Amino acid sequence: MLSNTGNFLLSLNIFLSALIIYYSYNNLKTSDNLISKKVFKISILQSTSILICFFTLVSAFLVSDFSLITVYQNSHSLKPIFYKISGTWGNHEGSLLLWVIILTLFSFLFLIYNRKHPKNYRLYTLIIQNFLILGFLFFILLNSNPFSFISPPPSEGLGLNPILQDPALAIHPPLLYVGFVGSSIYFSAAIASMITNYSDKSFAKSIKSWVLISWSFQTLGILVGSIWAYYELGWGGFWFWDPVENASLLPWFAMTALLHSLLVLEKRNTLYFWSIILCLLTFVLSVMGTFLVRSGILNSVHTFANDPTRGIYILVFLSLMILASVYILFSKYKPASIEINSNSKETFVLVNNWFMMFYLITVLLGTLYPIFTDAISNNKISVGPPFYNSVIIPVVVIFLFFMAIGPNAKWIKNKFIDLKIYLLITLAAIFFNFIIFFFFKSYSIISNLIVISSLFLILSSIIDLFKKKNFNFPRVISHLSFGFLILFIGLNHNFSIEKDFNLKIGETKQIDNFKFHLKDLKLVQDTNYKAVIGSLKVNDLLTKEERVLKPEIRIYDNPQTLTYEASIQTNFIRDYYLTMSNIDRSDYYNIKFQKKPLMIWIWISVAMLSLGGFLSLFRHAKNN
Amino acid sequence: MQKTIKLITVSLLVFILGIFYLSLNRSSNYDTKFLVGNKLTDIELKSLQSKEFFTNDDFKNNKYTLINFWASWCAPCRVEHPYLMMLSKNKDIKILGINFKDKKINALKFLEELGNPYDYLAKDNNGKQSVNFGIYGIPESILIDNKFNILKKIIGPLNEKDIKEIKEIIKS
Repeated sequence: MLSNTGNFLLSLNIFLSALIIYYSYNNLKTSDNLISKKVFKISILQSTSILICFFTLVSAFLVSDFSLITVYQNSHSLKPIFYKISGTWGNHEGSLLLWVIILTLFSFLFLIYNRKHPKNYRLYTLIIQNFLILGFLFFILLNSNPFSFISPPPSEGLGLNPILQDPALAIHPPLLYVGFVGSSIYFSAAIASMITNYSDKSFAKSIKSWVLISWSFQTLGILVGSIWAYYELGWGGFWFWDPVENASLLPWFAMTALLHSLLVLEKRNTLYFWSIILCLLTFVLSVMGTFLVRSGILNSVHTFANDPTRGIYILVFLSLMILASVYILFSKYKPASIEINSNSKETFVLVNNWFMMFYLITVLLGTLYPIFTDAISNNKISVGPPFYNSVIIPVVVIFLFFMAIGPNAKWIKNKFIDLKIYLLITLAAIFFNFIIFFFFKSYSIISNLIVISSLFLILSSIIDLFKKKNFNFPRVISHLSFGFLILFIGLNHNFSIEKDFNLKIGETKQIDNFKFHLKDLKLVQDTNYKAVIGSLKVNDLLTKEERVLKPEIRIYDNPQTLTYEASIQTNFIRDYYLTMSNIDRSDYYNIKFQKKPLMIWIWISVAMLSLGGFLSLFRHAKNN
Repeated sequence: MQKTIKLITVSLLVFILGIFYLSLNRSSNYDTKFLVGNKLTDIELKSLQSKEFFTNDDFKNNKYTLINFWASWCAPCRVEHPYLMMLSKNKDIKILGINFKDKKINALKFLEELGNPYDYLAKDNNGKQSVNFGIYGIPESILIDNKFNILKKIIGPLNEKDIKEIKEIIKS
């Protein structure tokens, strides 16, 4: 029953999308500036039916309807309700449905929230967005249908991958999807704007809110994924430059650049084509990321199953999207004489864009290079943190200085009247940095520069908080948070302590200033897993702190999997992080212990960064 | 100028999409089989039992050498052990065992219990040496001749078929 309902709703949506394209196209020819009511009505119907379609799938997961292959493969009747629901998008088919929902909702919301803008621009946006929707709907229906059924229905499901059974991972996909799938709407708007020659500052105004929404959600999505990796993967880090993480970071760079270039377009009416390129690039990178992780080219937790036909479909879609948008861009491109003073806010924004493009190209190269060498020369290589760290970190230092000075520069022509203040801030940053390494521990030159430049940004932003003129609170919050983020990452990196050793029950080991004692192990039965919980006493001989950490080894039933759960004790100063793994045929357990300072502040900084985006969104909405 | 930029952009995009297409039809699993045909250079391994080192000189007089990566904690290594014991009776081949990330006591206990098929016993405590051999996981085995050419690479535990194939290579 649910299978039929779902399939019917999917087909209905294809029909509605085609109808919207048809009516919108007809509506283009009318001379008035009003969009036909039919288009509105069908759009409402489209959004409603896709939501019902999604809830049909959610209910199939809730009632454990194993006649649906997707439910059978990714759920289990004993799974907690929360994970039954999140299981809906914890697989390839369901997550594609989420894709389409976001495409559809954004399409509808863009239509109703941009009434002030020209009719044809809105209609073309709607048409292009619906072509994207159609592309994905066909993909779902023909290749990745979550409503495919098996007969006779199995009595029990296979279960959701245990490492995905996690609150952070339940919300990570929806957040990230609103981010990068949301960027589809300004991809469509950019093409519509080129077709209709709607190229002035009001174009910037029409998409700014959408860029802010997607940027803020993308930031949050990356944050939640990173927190998950921190406590679930048991490696004790928060960013691994894993190709899949990079896939989410690439659109973020493009969005950040776009966010800034729109400022110039909005204020000075230049950089139009550059902004268009960034609009196109953001969504192209999003689809490319989806292609890379779903086709199985990159192996990761995001690769649900290797199915080459799936990859072909997304690749064809991606190619069409890229070539069509590049064609329109080239045919509409008009070289504009850009008059920008080298000392002006415009230049600073451009500098931001250069930096973003530099990061983007670096990460893109690092991500694609192994794929290229493999395809061309059969050579398997992997590009890891050393590459990214050595290329990106030195550049971040200069970037932070620009980021501090840029916002205070004036449009058109700037004068440096605050040189004295900047000099004082630099001295203060150097002084604070000196205090840190004098009282704690010295670190490398590059770390010194990172700390100084981030302090420079933090102090300048704090001073900005007290300025009354040109005060832009959301911007200050975001820049301040970014400064803190880099500072905390730098300090965390330099002051982390890591110990790796083996221990058996009852044994005590002293390593440097730490004493470890494995008191006992307990076997606990939970609803869908058994857990061996260790009780480890850790004494810090320097601070005389004593605490007990309880790492777990979990044995999940459905599917049978072993996972290692880190025990983490967090406070505002540092995290104690401990994982335990069994060693085959031995009484010993391998213990990885880390003391990571200021960890929580890294998360808070990213959350604040995203908050800056949301505040800016409200501000923009209020002013328009 | 503009035309050139357009041409370069389109070619670059087509190139990237073409590579994506090629990658689709490849297995993304790590596979070191392509090492077959290459030469092993500069072997330098610490002995498990003494402070000596094994170098190329130790193996150049063997007609064939099978390099086997193993550990006492590795369950599949137990499975392949009887086959190694079988192979060790063959006089045309010498077996070099590289004990991977293991404890000496456990390793020796393992051999005491199941028999020692190795003519040379080396160790790789932190797993770094094995990386140079293109080893991804254990057990893995590499068959080389006296000129250090890699003739065969077996990923995973040796089985009857592998032993048969190795014997055929030795015979020819």
